[in-house]
Amino acid sequence: MKNYRPWLPVLSILLAMAVERLAPEKVTKHLVTKHPYYFYLLIALFVLFGIFAAYSLFHKGIREWITHKGWFMAAAIALLNLYGIVTKKAGLLPVIYFPTPDRIIGVLVEERGFLFTCLGSSMKLLATGYFSGAIIGFITGIAIGFSRKAEYWIMPFVRLLGPIPSTAWIPIVLISFPTTFGASAFLIGLAVWFPTTVMTSSGIANIQNAYFEVSSTLGASRFYQIFKVGIPAAMPHMFLGLFNGTCASFITLMTAEMLGVKNGIGWYINWQREMLSYANVYTGLIIIAVTFSILVTLLFKVRDRLLVWQKGVVKW
Amino acid sequence: MVGEIRIENAIKIFPQQDAEDVTALNGVNLTIKAGEFVSLIGPSGCGKSTLLRLIAGLDSATSGALYLDDEPIKEPSYERGLVFQDPTLFPWLNIRDNIAFGLKARGTYKGSVKEVQEFLELVGLSTFAKSFPHQLSGGMAQRASLARALVNRPKVLLLDEPLGALDAFTRMNMQDELIRIWQERGTTMVMVTHDVDEAIYLSDRVVVMTPRPAKIECSIDVKLFRPRARNNPEFLSLRSKILEILNFAGKIEEPNYYL
Repeated sequence: MKNYRPWLPVLSILLAMAVERLAPEKVTKHLVTKHPYYFYLLIALFVLFGIFAAYSLFHKGIREWITHKGWFMAAAIALLNLYGIVTKKAGLLPVIYFPTPDRIIGVLVEERGFLFTCLGSSMKLLATGYFSGAIIGFITGIAIGFSRKAEYWIMPFVRLLGPIPSTAWIPIVLISFPTTFGASAFLIGLAVWFPTTVMTSSGIANIQNAYFEVSSTLGASRFYQIFKVGIPAAMPHMFLGLFNGTCASFITLMTAEMLGVKNGIGWYINWQREMLSYANVYTGLIIIAVTFSILVTLLFKVRDRLLVWQKGVVKW
Repeated sequence: MVGEIRIENAIKIFPQQDAEDVTALNGVNLTIKAGEFVSLIGPSGCGKSTLLRLIAGLDSATSGALYLDDEPIKEPSYERGLVFQDPTLFPWLNIRDNIAFGLKARGTYKGSVKEVQEFLELVGLSTFAKSFPHQLSGGMAQRASLARALVNRPKVLLLDEPLGALDAFTRMNMQDELIRIWQERGTTMVMVTHDVDEAIYLSDRVVVMTPRPAKIECSIDVKLFRPRARNNPEFLSLRSKILEILNFAGKIEEPNYYL
């Protein structure tokens, strides 16, 4: 066949299925799950990639995508297969720290309700901290960028407090806030506030003066210039600050949850680790990876929408 | 007619911290009639751009006074439109919104949406209304920049080497375009340029400036009919006259060899 690449993932899945069903199993202490979840996942993937491969014969967009990604997807599934062999089939790794794929997927399925609640409270905390930090960051950044007085009074605080990792504030913050939620939201806000402020003000400082001169000869007032020239021109920098802030907010969220908050996905991971339920730890990590990746993708989508006028923007 | 500029003994000194103060303008007196096309020409450091910035209101004179229609010039205003060598279009706005910027900033956009279209057509960019500045060539961007200044219907249009960054052919096309727009609108034009041919080709009057002391050397009326021919003998004699004033004429030496 001329274009074999769409079929590579399917082939890799079939191989994994064959291994799962046919390979002999060494007697190990792995707990057996109620259902063969791993095999169910492989079936689901088989159906999914089978449809992609078949559809690629007719649809150009799908064909280009799956042809490009074929090798990678096949390799990713092969890696999963390898993990299954190493743990379940051969029992090469310590049973307690490296559970079978069945168990990891099993946790995801059987505890989905509780995991969802945990994720929900994490997101609530993240959103509260992130948006307040970003909004205050914009305001201070714009003030510093446009007002000499604001720069004189605020900038020293930014310089002094900004570089301190927000998690270093935990001892003080935990005793000064009535609730751990408030304390954690404050820490996340702080983590977002600093990069947003710095990048917004430096973005404004880097705007060519000619833009302001031209706009003033076009009849724009100072106020109009701030909102219609300053802010759009500084927007690329602002997004850089927001991106840095996003990464910092994830770190702070996880740390805060592992230390103080009694809820959330970070707390869940820490709790399960203490109970030596590593299948649950891995499930938590997978949820975090997927969620954070989606959030960063969303941020970049918003940026691409707002900054269509820029050429050669960094792709995520 | 409106748009008369009067400059009375304008002096501009830039104070320096660790060197002697720079006198960018040393007593300039100039009156530009309403509807006139005047070029300011001279070598670097003669203060022509400084003078233009004073008229625009972007800088204020150290002493002396500037008037537009007998009103003292204090700060920038849409009545004195400005076009730089760099088009400085706002990269986050498409061409239509760039041109509409002045109308929106002044709050008169709602009543004059049609004007934006009119000016897009005036500079021949109707098909690029939705393009972003980075998608335009240098000449097109400069035309958009012209339209952006003109849509405010300024009394005076100030041009700071507007065609300096363009290639020779685009430049000559744009010169004709400038003349056409000027004749259509009747706006007073003040243009800073390095190019003697451009100054003669476009202006009613060429004001020659010299550095050290930075002031006006002389003012030469160009009494040629439009459209002008760049190879007209009178054009060429004006050209050599200006070059002589600027000390760039060079000597014509007799050949020192005989066949």
